[in-house]
Amino acid sequence: MSDDILDIGGRTVANRLFIGTGKFSNYAVMNQALIEAGAEIVTVAVRRVDSASKTENILGYIPKQCFVMPNTSGARNAEEAVRIARLARAGGAGDWVKIEVIQDNKYLLPDNIETLKATEMLAKEGFKVFPYMGPDLSIARRMVDAGAAAVMPLGSPIGSNRGVKTRELIEILVKEIKIPVIVDAGLGRPSDACDCMELGCAAVLVNTAIAIAEDPAGMARAFSEAVKAGRRAYLSGIPATSPCASASSPLTGFLINSA
Amino acid sequence: MKIRINGKEENLDRPKNLADLIRAKGLVPEHVVVEYNLKIILAGEWAGVALKENDSIEIISFVGGG
Repeated sequence: MSDDILDIGGRTVANRLFIGTGKFSNYAVMNQALIEAGAEIVTVAVRRVDSASKTENILGYIPKQCFVMPNTSGARNAEEAVRIARLARAGGAGDWVKIEVIQDNKYLLPDNIETLKATEMLAKEGFKVFPYMGPDLSIARRMVDAGAAAVMPLGSPIGSNRGVKTRELIEILVKEIKIPVIVDAGLGRPSDACDCMELGCAAVLVNTAIAIAEDPAGMARAFSEAVKAGRRAYLSGIPATSPCASASSPLTGFLINSA
Repeated sequence: MKIRINGKEENLDRPKNLADLIRAKGLVPEHVVVEYNLKIILAGEWAGVALKENDSIEIISFVGGG
């Protein structure tokens, strides 16, 4: 387990809980949560500077051991995603990028076609591309061909805390896709994250459930432990289920039987 | 001189180049990325980019996001 390292996007990662930095009440709270979880990979967004309210620089609150993956949230098509990715890289964010292309404001479901286009373009530019996508096998295969570093299927709509509603589709991706599968979005409680890891996902990305918890640092730790437990269970080989009972105690030598 | 900054039209007369503009806005150069007429300009080159009428500038930074 201690040498169970995830080799991804040209890096090695020990902590399979990736954490998003949105929605925390403030950056100090976020910082505590990232430390408590031992986070290694964290996501950030790129936005226009509001010079009227000169806010602090978030990067100053991200622990040194963390690697920052910007997302392209706000992009409505592939071209906008590419533009945001380039801006993020120019801002010193390194070469990882999570592609988010969304037009649907009610469910925030990703546009798989535009996401695929952006993945192709950015992979050619040398980015390590992590597409956030609907869990569709055909599209996932195309993401692999396009040079994606991983696929990031959604569990349920962003920020909904509803858990892994797409479980069976994610299971198919884990079986069929040879690059890391990272469940992103909708994980509402540590058991959701644990479930994903038991399925064989390489990692999970959690933001809302940690950020809006009463105690974000406590919840970050709980998620981190759940991810470790799920991963360990996966590596240990989860036994098959059975429709009938199979006694755990011996069925012979009962005290009440005569011989 | 009318310039679009982050989608809003602004009337500027003093800043002569991108470095002036960032300074005038009180921004920390290390914390922002500047896109000038859809082209990313690195901080070291800001002073050499003279502003002109109808330029479109995006000034961005990192914020929390998932």
